Amino acid sequence: MNEKRHMGLKSLNRASNTVIYILLIIISIVWLLPFVFIVLQSFRVENTYQVGYVIPQQWGLDNYIRLWTSDFKRWYLNTFIIALASAVLITIIQLCMSYTLSRFRFKLRGPLMRFMLILGMFPGMLTMIILYRVLADLGLTQTNAVPGLILVGVASSGMGYYVSKGFFDTIPKSLDEAARVDGATRFQVLYKIILPLAKPIVIYTILTAFMGPWGDYVFARYVAMGTSAGYNVAVGMYSWLTNDQINNWYTTFCAGGVIVALPVTILFLCLQKYYVEGVTGGAVKG
Amino acid sequence: MKHYSDLEYLRLSKGQKIGYKIGSFFTGIPGAIGHFFKNIGGAIKQGAQAVGNEFKDIGSTFANGDWKTKVSFFIMGFGNIARGQVLRGLMFLLFEVVFIGYMVLAGAHWMAMLPSLGKVGPSSEYNAILDTYTTVYNDNSFKILLYGVLTMFFIIAFIYTWRVNVKQNQIAEKILKSGKKLKSGKDDLKSLVDDQFHKTLLALPLTGILVFTVMPIVFMILVAFTNYDGSHNGYTNNLFTWVGLDNFNTLLSWSAGSGGGQSYSATFGEILAWTLIWAFLATFTNYFLGMGVAMMINKKGIRLKKMWRTILVMTVAIPQFISLLYVSKMFARNGLINLSLMNLGWIKQPLPFWENPMWARVSVIVINIWIGIPFLMLITTGILMNIPADLYESARIDGANAWQQYTKITLPYMLFITGPYLLTSFTGNMNNFNVIYLLTGGAPTNPAASGAAGSVGYTDLLITWLFKITTGADSQYYLASVVGIMVFVVVAFISLVVYNVLPSIKNEEDFQ
Repeated sequence: MNEKRHMGLKSLNRASNTVIYILLIIISIVWLLPFVFIVLQSFRVENTYQVGYVIPQQWGLDNYIRLWTSDFKRWYLNTFIIALASAVLITIIQLCMSYTLSRFRFKLRGPLMRFMLILGMFPGMLTMIILYRVLADLGLTQTNAVPGLILVGVASSGMGYYVSKGFFDTIPKSLDEAARVDGATRFQVLYKIILPLAKPIVIYTILTAFMGPWGDYVFARYVAMGTSAGYNVAVGMYSWLTNDQINNWYTTFCAGGVIVALPVTILFLCLQKYYVEGVTGGAVKG
Repeated sequence: MKHYSDLEYLRLSKGQKIGYKIGSFFTGIPGAIGHFFKNIGGAIKQGAQAVGNEFKDIGSTFANGDWKTKVSFFIMGFGNIARGQVLRGLMFLLFEVVFIGYMVLAGAHWMAMLPSLGKVGPSSEYNAILDTYTTVYNDNSFKILLYGVLTMFFIIAFIYTWRVNVKQNQIAEKILKSGKKLKSGKDDLKSLVDDQFHKTLLALPLTGILVFTVMPIVFMILVAFTNYDGSHNGYTNNLFTWVGLDNFNTLLSWSAGSGGGQSYSATFGEILAWTLIWAFLATFTNYFLGMGVAMMINKKGIRLKKMWRTILVMTVAIPQFISLLYVSKMFARNGLINLSLMNLGWIKQPLPFWENPMWARVSVIVINIWIGIPFLMLITTGILMNIPADLYESARIDGANAWQQYTKITLPYMLFITGPYLLTSFTGNMNNFNVIYLLTGGAPTNPAASGAAGSVGYTDLLITWLFKITTGADSQYYLASVVGIMVFVVVAFISLVVYNVLPSIKNEEDFQ
């Protein structure tokens, strides 16, 4: 009888696994299909508007050539510069912040963290109006939007210290103390002991800081204020999909999407491991 | 509501337990709010006491200090220099000189203008030589408010520095009296990479936050009490000025707006309600479905785990504006889905994904699931694998089926670990500008709300409404700022209640 029950369980298990495989296949298709569509439509030559089929009747690189002749080059370069600068500067700022709040116990630490928690509850959108006017006074809008966006993005990045602080919290404090007893200064502890151990979180921070600007839309649009030379890819490509432009630019948008997504996705897949580590740690620590 | 002790609670039936938990959550809310106000009261009392003590301390420092200390009350850093700490003293002195210079040259002017935000607007002046009228710009309300705020920050910084300067004299006297030596300038510099290393590390990030986050927020809170908008931009057309609580009254008024339609408070209430419903659904659909997908992939006997995960993770990497914009157009009236279905002859009329309020709301939630599941799958996979396997083992031996294992082991564990994440995710979704704005732009328009600023739509969240107000025809910045403050109030209220009611606030030090 026991044997029979065992057999029953086994076939039940097999049945449920089959159901799961079917579900996973459906999920994979649903999740990938839109991206497959984008790629297919980017090679469509016969017309530039939305149509009721996905496989092009005439294949070609026309849309990619059109990208090259449009302002897209400039937008791409703008975004790349912002992403690169953010990756370096935001990483430095966030690591300073999170390391300090994780390791040092000073009088204002508690109040400071509570203050930043409250500050984070204000919608960031609220401050756009004044930041725009300040940047305009500094001459960092429109064609000069790139340095302006870098400045604002980097300056307020200290607030996002939570994930990396969670990571530093997991490095045992006894390491620091041992080195301090041996006469190392605080700076030497950071430079020689903590940083080598913190490689995963450094890579995570660089990766997220680099990827952020590729999707940045609202503030970038605000700062560029209709000047194409100051657009990033999100703002520029959005302008192709407005009701009066979409029939001319739809397939070009698809081609642009491929060009933007490809390098970021490849980079992401290579560094996936670190991203997962960071994201999981951050969620657990809150 | 009756309060049970632990023992009594354990004897309740399952239904009663759930009822009790839900009940105690809601009965806990007034307590949490009361606690909050009590805390505020306590904090004010403590603050007043601290200020009193400070004054006492300053007074006694002056009365008991030597002449070097007394001079330092007026010439900052004098005591430091006289006692050999030249570097520190010079820093204090420099700060005082800069501060006084700034106040005399500019600060006093801005502070004097702050109560009125400017008196003389732009005027037309007759130019006798050219025989034309030219516009002359005079006061600039925006600059007055901006530099007024800056000057206030500067004054606070000065008072703080002055206090530190006094305190240092007091400490230095004490140290010298006990026969020890004071730190030299070289020691001070050295300590910046050692004992005081945190100051070095925090200097840059905190300056950035102060200038680009704190100051703008203070400024925008103040704007809520002015009439700053497109036609009162404070410089080229009309000046703006303080209006007290008028804007809050406008937003919460019950009478119909100027353009007809329903009252402002009804519009605000509708948007707030949808924002909360959206945040709730977006958070929990993603959470449970993402966990479901993670569990399916994690299940023993499922092959190609890595492939399934990679397929989903790939979609996380693609910048959201591409996927959101593309999907938004895919579901449009003349988009891929509608055209294909019409080609196939399944439908005659295009489906109103973005035209019908109900369809639009359901569509954004469903598409948000598509966006969110891979991310949640990533987060939950790691945590699920950390649940000790022997828990499941013993549950299986006791004869628990899969559903029981899920509700008794997996779910409680997950909720406990990800509690804080759920809260931040909820408030994040309340402010999820990208998904709503890139998918629908707030459409379809709500005709009943035509009286309100910024053409309100059925899928608008408070945050997208705020954006539409600022970029709309009249650019009613003051109203946007009131909405922003309201968002803060709601988010702060929810966070506070959840934090006080949920017992899972973990002691930070436990992790180290």
